[in-house]
Amino acid sequence: MFQNLTDRLQSVFSRLTGRGKLSEADVDAAMREVRMALLEADVNFKVVKAFVAKVRERAVGADVMQSLTPGQMVVKIVLEELTVLMGGNESRLALSGRVPNVIMLVGLQGAGKTTAAAKLANLLRKQGRRPLLVACDVYRPAAIDQLEALGRELDIPVYRGEGTDAVAIAKAGVKEAIARLRDIVIIDTAGRLHVDEEMMAEAARIKAAVKPDQVLMVVDAMTGQDAVNAASAFAERVDFDGVIISKLDGDARGGAALSIRAVTGKPVLFASVGEKTDNLEVFRPDGMARRILGMGDVVSLIERAQEAFDEATATQAEERLKAGSFTLDDFLDQLRQLKKMGPLKDVIAMIPGANKLPKDAEIDESALVRTEAIIQSMTARERAKPSVINGSRRERIAAGAGVSVYDVNQMLKQFAQTQKMVKQLGTQQGKRRRRVPGFPGMRF
Amino acid sequence: MSAWLDRLSKGLSRTRDQLSGQLNVLLGRGPDVDETFWGDLEDALVGADMGVTAVTEMVERLRVTAKRQALPDARAVLEHLATEIADELRVPDVADFIDASPSTVIVVGINGTGKTTTVGKLAKAAADEGRSVLIGSADTFRAAAVEQLHIWAERAGVPIVERERGTDPASVAFDAVREAKESATDLLIIDTAGRLHTSKDLMAELSKVKRIIERESVAPVHTLLVMDATTGQNGLTQAREFDTAVGIDAIALTKLDGTAKGGIAVAVVRELGVPILRVGVGEGENDLKPFDPEEFASALVGLR
Repeated sequence: MFQNLTDRLQSVFSRLTGRGKLSEADVDAAMREVRMALLEADVNFKVVKAFVAKVRERAVGADVMQSLTPGQMVVKIVLEELTVLMGGNESRLALSGRVPNVIMLVGLQGAGKTTAAAKLANLLRKQGRRPLLVACDVYRPAAIDQLEALGRELDIPVYRGEGTDAVAIAKAGVKEAIARLRDIVIIDTAGRLHVDEEMMAEAARIKAAVKPDQVLMVVDAMTGQDAVNAASAFAERVDFDGVIISKLDGDARGGAALSIRAVTGKPVLFASVGEKTDNLEVFRPDGMARRILGMGDVVSLIERAQEAFDEATATQAEERLKAGSFTLDDFLDQLRQLKKMGPLKDVIAMIPGANKLPKDAEIDESALVRTEAIIQSMTARERAKPSVINGSRRERIAAGAGVSVYDVNQMLKQFAQTQKMVKQLGTQQGKRRRRVPGFPGMRF
Repeated sequence: MSAWLDRLSKGLSRTRDQLSGQLNVLLGRGPDVDETFWGDLEDALVGADMGVTAVTEMVERLRVTAKRQALPDARAVLEHLATEIADELRVPDVADFIDASPSTVIVVGINGTGKTTTVGKLAKAAADEGRSVLIGSADTFRAAAVEQLHIWAERAGVPIVERERGTDPASVAFDAVREAKESATDLLIIDTAGRLHTSKDLMAELSKVKRIIERESVAPVHTLLVMDATTGQNGLTQAREFDTAVGIDAIALTKLDGTAKGGIAVAVVRELGVPILRVGVGEGENDLKPFDPEEFASALVGLR
């Protein structure tokens, strides 16, 4: 998602790396690029100014001038400062011991509050909570129906009050949660413009009435320079505790997230990364900074892998792998788990150096499906011992999977290569525990 | 000051002045055109989402012009800039297809820009003028999108073609076009689901919807891209991708009643060569207005 910014900084720094020591003119050139890149990424211009000044100050400082690899030093400084700008370590949603905990969502129209409410409820339920959604958007036509439909899909209860008094509905919603033994209440409010006095006052009244443990502002990742205005106004009038950044699965570079953090000091807690109700992730500032700089986001990658991979299957595969008997069934398991990690292109984007892959390299997601179909068309014996697969078997498998014999041959060839690689790894790393399964050869 | 600008400033006075004062500061500070002025102007235009590369070029050119034409003060410079931008925003040879009869308009855009609301407001305006209007509700993806549009259709007092959530949007579009043909409707407006321009599948789905509509419609078919004025530089990519997928004929710029200036729209008009036909300036049924390049440009550079 931050591809272009990454490219840009890398082109600057590759120029720098190629030379000896940094002159002040070099630093100036680099800082110009950094400024342009950040502005193009929609980081607010005031924030950019302060950021560039800070990086520059450190860059022209002695440590860089005397450093043998000044280019790398600048990368390091930009990375560090970018991480600081985005809030240093990741922030966790702070919930209290109170039952029920109350979370209130606010934001501009179209930021994605209602969807975020449902996704957050889903995430918290995965963590063992019992959420109740409360629909307080009494203005947008059918907004309440929307939340209700999402609740139905997720099988999470939604409270819709009566009348058009959002404050009363919010209060009644909390009561309802107590009556139904729900331990967390998520209040979805109407989208409002930060300059709409009346609506901002209403949000403040809802807050005063239900005293939420957390008020979260939902911000569209595509927001431009105006993000700081909106966020500052919400901070002043309603005061919020953290940010959910939405639509981060697009290609917007999301500079708004940096700006809001820098201007209001509020941490970004979650990022919404897809259309599905489980596409809400904990926002990781350092990971994002590394990603911006083209260093990959290994932490996210590992976390996704851990979520997708089933421990038992992985251990089994590892045992067999050590014994040197990696079968087509294991291969199929791995494919399936890989698929669970989400679209391949997203997964690849997290791998360090991935941005150096050809821009338009098409990732053929259907290849996975094809491979799966081929293996499923094999008999148990064929899967355990691929060497028995002769010409007529190949034809039968191809017909069963709806592919050509050529595809089957290709697949078998790939498997043979993988098996060979796996065997080598098995002997090399026999003693090493816990690699991330499914990524033979990848070091963390 | 016209009505919509009036509406723009109504009720928003204090906060708004505080927030959008950047350019007014340029004027308030005095008439001098010095180095600080140019620096501040650049900041302010970048702050209006005009894009740093475009702004750098624009200010370079403006410096030369200011010198050559001996523009006397800051106001004269800003006025010159506003005129220049307004000229760029005037796209000749494109008629307002929303006002034409018969006409079929497909409304597209990313999630949350205000497509459904825009469809509702367009329908209301046309119905108020006494034209026959039909709404096609082809956003069958978002929960309750159909219900939302249904309420708008009732408000506008116009019929709507709607199907259950999850129905193939192309089939809804097909039915809507058939219905419009049979009832000799003046204006058919088709709402589509919001989608990120990066989603290949959803963009392909949209192309299909458009193809079906073009194949079936006897009325001329046009596509309206709804853009949110708060959008940053990604707006240009969005517009490009939608243009590639379905071909964009015009833009509706929504949410101009906040503090965002919508500067990215200038870049989109410049690149795609399509006009902005409507601007959204409020939540009311009648808060979708025809676009006025002068007013927009003046607001953009902070003259109003």
